[in-house]
Amino acid sequence: MPETNKPETGEPPALHTVPPIALRRRITNHVMTGAAVLTVILVLVPLFAIFAYLIYRGVGSLNWAFLTQTPRPVGEAGGGMANAIVGSVLILALASIIGVPLGVGAGIYVAEYGRNRFGDAIRFTADVLNGVPSIVVGIVAFAIVVLDQGHFSALAGGVALAIMMIPTITRTTEEMLLLVPQALREAAYGLGIPRWRATLSITLRTATSGVITGIMLAFARVAGETAPLLFTALGNQFWNVRINEPTAALPLQIYTYALSPYDDWHRQAWAGAFVLIVLIVSAVAAVRFAVRRGTFGAA
Amino acid sequence: MLLCGLAVLGTLVLIVYELMLRSGPSWHAFGFKFFSGHDWDPVSEQFGALPFIYGTLVSSILALIIAVPLSIGVAVFTTEMCPPMVRGPLSFFVELLAAIPSVVYGLWAIFVLVPILNNYVGPVLARTLGWTGLFSGPFYGVSMLAAGIILAIMIIPIISSITREVLMVVPQHQREAALALGATRWEMIRVGVLRNARAGIMGGIILGLGRALGETMAVTMVIGNNPQIVKSLFAPGYTMASVLANEFSEATGDIYRSALIEIGLALFVVTIVVNALARLLVWTVTRGQPSRADA
Repeated sequence: MPETNKPETGEPPALHTVPPIALRRRITNHVMTGAAVLTVILVLVPLFAIFAYLIYRGVGSLNWAFLTQTPRPVGEAGGGMANAIVGSVLILALASIIGVPLGVGAGIYVAEYGRNRFGDAIRFTADVLNGVPSIVVGIVAFAIVVLDQGHFSALAGGVALAIMMIPTITRTTEEMLLLVPQALREAAYGLGIPRWRATLSITLRTATSGVITGIMLAFARVAGETAPLLFTALGNQFWNVRINEPTAALPLQIYTYALSPYDDWHRQAWAGAFVLIVLIVSAVAAVRFAVRRGTFGAA
Repeated sequence: MLLCGLAVLGTLVLIVYELMLRSGPSWHAFGFKFFSGHDWDPVSEQFGALPFIYGTLVSSILALIIAVPLSIGVAVFTTEMCPPMVRGPLSFFVELLAAIPSVVYGLWAIFVLVPILNNYVGPVLARTLGWTGLFSGPFYGVSMLAAGIILAIMIIPIISSITREVLMVVPQHQREAALALGATRWEMIRVGVLRNARAGIMGGIILGLGRALGETMAVTMVIGNNPQIVKSLFAPGYTMASVLANEFSEATGDIYRSALIEIGLALFVVTIVVNALARLLVWTVTRGQPSRADA
């Protein structure tokens, strides 16, 4: 649709007519439009290839045993990743217990009390932390938990993931709290409610759905992380629900199985990837749905 | 609340402190030679990180070369060209790419991308561009090239979503002015939109670079993990993040572990600098409303 020049030529007596656009410019225009469309196609092809292949291999490989059994000994077909699924849940629960209160608290501080140098410093730090490579976070968790305890553990994995959750939650919480109208806070102060109480019961409460959105996004982001777990949770072939033991996790298991030479393990890696993606995508989709519906009354 | 805020600051301080403390032995043993040495030999405790630094840089730059034109194209298409009906689903799909965990990218790369490269792309590149020396030698798919491509796929969503945000901030009257002067749509985009958004797009690119530098799993799975500096992109390489992933949990001996942590420290410093630069650039565009906007 080459809606090119001359929007509306207002003057009826055309003293100087608009010259036709030079052929070269018109061709350039079409070529560049074509190039833009081409880039979209080039980007979408791998995306569809990844999803299609994941569903094709993943659904085909998924079975009841995969969801309910633990891994068989090396080289033996069958078995599943039930322990890794439970391990992931355990590590993510630990990460959330540590990360969510800290992240939300820091977000509240920055939004409600952070109109100063110190608030800016925290905001900047959160952005910096967001960019720290996940493997480096793994090293730090190793240094502070594993070296201290003397062995790999689910707790160390949880600490690593918590460090990765905090900055995301801090920033989204801040954004959501800032959407709450100032009048609500003033109304609370006008009723003689102390500031901390107003923050918790009025501001935070109004922004709840947004804050939860942020938490879910952070959760989805760390749920698939592998690198920080490599030398913290380490992985485990057996059942484990104790936080002081090495623990299996879904992404770790996918990594190990993908690099193994066994076909059956490759199959299970695909099944694991499928389960992981279903978990993450449904979380993200739920968040998008919630955000669209719950653009709560912050005018 | 203040305590939580302090915890955020404390986390960063803790990261820096732990990395510096634990990399101490290696720093004392090798000094600056650590970053210029070629040999990585845990058995005789000789550690030089140059092959890893080289691998990280080359794979990231390769990824940028592939990803930047594609991401800007997608962003321009979604903001300036496509019908509004398509816009929502399209950006949603591109964002979905960002939600896929890195280990799943790696899995796909091993079983789909690497065979394709090995069977189809490799021979063609060797025939047409083999003379450059970049695409020569034996090729098994697992290579620097594969790492660059998978990294490119992973950073496209980041660069394109930031570029899109920046393009949307460009004032509408810039576009209208260009069109009123008789510009074609492409000329309008080039003069009215892209030129105004330069700084922000640069920020997006650098943010993508930061991600590529620190990316671990997908790269580790396809780069081949060979600590040598080879010019050909067909040859396997090794990156800073990959060597940590592969060797850290089995590193025995203090000096070995501390050498690995020093690599982690270097990676940390580089990504922090890169990210800070990117944030600054993006901020000047989206927050500060640059003075040039109404020039």
